[in-house]
Amino acid sequence: MSILVIAEHDNDSIKSSTLNTVTAALAIADDVTVLVAGSNCQSAAQSAAKISGVSKVLVADNPAYANQLAENMRGLIVELAEGKSHILAPATTSGKNIMPGVAALLDVGQISEIIKVESADVFERPIYAGNAVAKVQSLDTIKVITVRTTAFEEAGDTGSASIEQVAAVCDAGKSTFIGEAVVVSERPELTAAKIVISGGRGMGNGENFSLLEAVADKLGAAVGASRAAVDAGFVSNDMQVGQTGKIVAPDLYIAVGISGAIQHLAGMKDSKVIVAINKDEEAPIFSIADYGLVADLFEAVPELEASL
Amino acid sequence: MKVLVTVKRVIDYNVKVRVKADGSDVDLNNVKMAMNPFCEIAVEEAIRLKESGTATEVIAVSVGPKACQEQLRTALALGADRAIHIESEAQLESLNVAKLLAKVIEQEQPGVVILGKQAIDTDNNQTGQMLSALTGMAQGTFASKIDIQGDKAVVIREVDGGLQTIELAMPIIATTDLRLNEPRYASLPNIMKAKRKPLEVKTPEELGVSIKAHTKLLSVGAPAERKAGIKVASVAELVDKLKNEAKVI
Repeated sequence: MSILVIAEHDNDSIKSSTLNTVTAALAIADDVTVLVAGSNCQSAAQSAAKISGVSKVLVADNPAYANQLAENMRGLIVELAEGKSHILAPATTSGKNIMPGVAALLDVGQISEIIKVESADVFERPIYAGNAVAKVQSLDTIKVITVRTTAFEEAGDTGSASIEQVAAVCDAGKSTFIGEAVVVSERPELTAAKIVISGGRGMGNGENFSLLEAVADKLGAAVGASRAAVDAGFVSNDMQVGQTGKIVAPDLYIAVGISGAIQHLAGMKDSKVIVAINKDEEAPIFSIADYGLVADLFEAVPELEASL
Repeated sequence: MKVLVTVKRVIDYNVKVRVKADGSDVDLNNVKMAMNPFCEIAVEEAIRLKESGTATEVIAVSVGPKACQEQLRTALALGADRAIHIESEAQLESLNVAKLLAKVIEQEQPGVVILGKQAIDTDNNQTGQMLSALTGMAQGTFASKIDIQGDKAVVIREVDGGLQTIELAMPIIATTDLRLNEPRYASLPNIMKAKRKPLEVKTPEELGVSIKAHTKLLSVGAPAERKAGIKVASVAELVDKLKNEAKVI
């Protein structure tokens, strides 16, 4: 068995989602190759070569891959698929964008968001917003898989894989990258943070999120939001935690003014410790919280900040 | 220009699903079913393209058992002009559905195809991307804005870091994210009118697509239950518990 992992990176460095995906790959087999496709991405390739357990890094360095557009990426990956038993990518917006097209071109199915490797062809994945877990067996010769990053530890950095350049250039000419509005923050990334503090509709408006930011800065935490808060326009979409937003599993998750809709719980219920602060003592969030505080958030949150 | 929009019949998003006692699957008996929320957003976007004069006809397509016609009638009531039901009682996987839709695209030649980014039952998030690969049409997933400008479309996408803007060569396949629009409700007169709108039924055989299984469902289980913890009386007690009991801060 030979596995190809599609790295997520920003051309300079490897994103941590790649490290989780390598761990999932190593749970299947030992022969793991990582593909770094980008533009001027040699330094990302260097760091990929240091991931523990990786035997080879393939680098496709071409402007066509600069923004990892789906049409170009899937063409490249299909060319590299020969002889591979599995192709894995993180179940991030990037992996989700690229991988189903790879599967379709190979005429195989995709198994989305695996949370457990049972054997080389049997995997577990959450369905119905995580309210059920399906055990599925792949019947295809090449298994195309996306990996829920929170379900696998990050691989270490003690590797020394060989680096090989790939000449193939796939430019479908269908799409062009125009720009990106990336939210730049001093705080840790939501999906990688050890502590996350999230606000819901109860926050009232976007300005009030500064209360959460003050706590986040004291704890070194990331700030998230429920779908209700994003839909209401309080904060931007990149902060959404839930079934269709980001899936997080930090050591500590603090839900503030969040009632606890099924869709939100799907994105955070695997956190180690959950705290809920809500003035409605009937809020469903309390049914999964380790520590619940029934209080007005506008009093409790500043008090929490002051006591840290 | 025609717009093709897909709708999937799924469990209503307010219903908490239960796993069958024998662990074979989830129990959907007597459960309220509805149009997948992301498909509602897709239908709304398609109708707006017609209302703005960009599109001339909206065709709604659903794949699945006969009951899917309920959701197609909903799409017609919302403003779709006609519907195509591809009837199959089989357990269809994303690639099967994508192949069926590719055949409909071949016949109808739409300029824009809009799908929901994922269905809230299987949470797969695959069909739109597979359809793009099969048809060679450009792909704009997780769209929060779709702007058709002649032979090009500018799509703003919700990505992990924020928003990404891409320009696509027409025709395109787009999948909807939550912030694309706010779907309307169907009015009673439109629900009545929808009953007379054309709904064509086709089979996978007629479309020349054979249904192949790519996965086998071995079992379905309940996730590890999380039990409720304790209520604390004050912020001071909370901080104490987090420091000394949970040891997370």
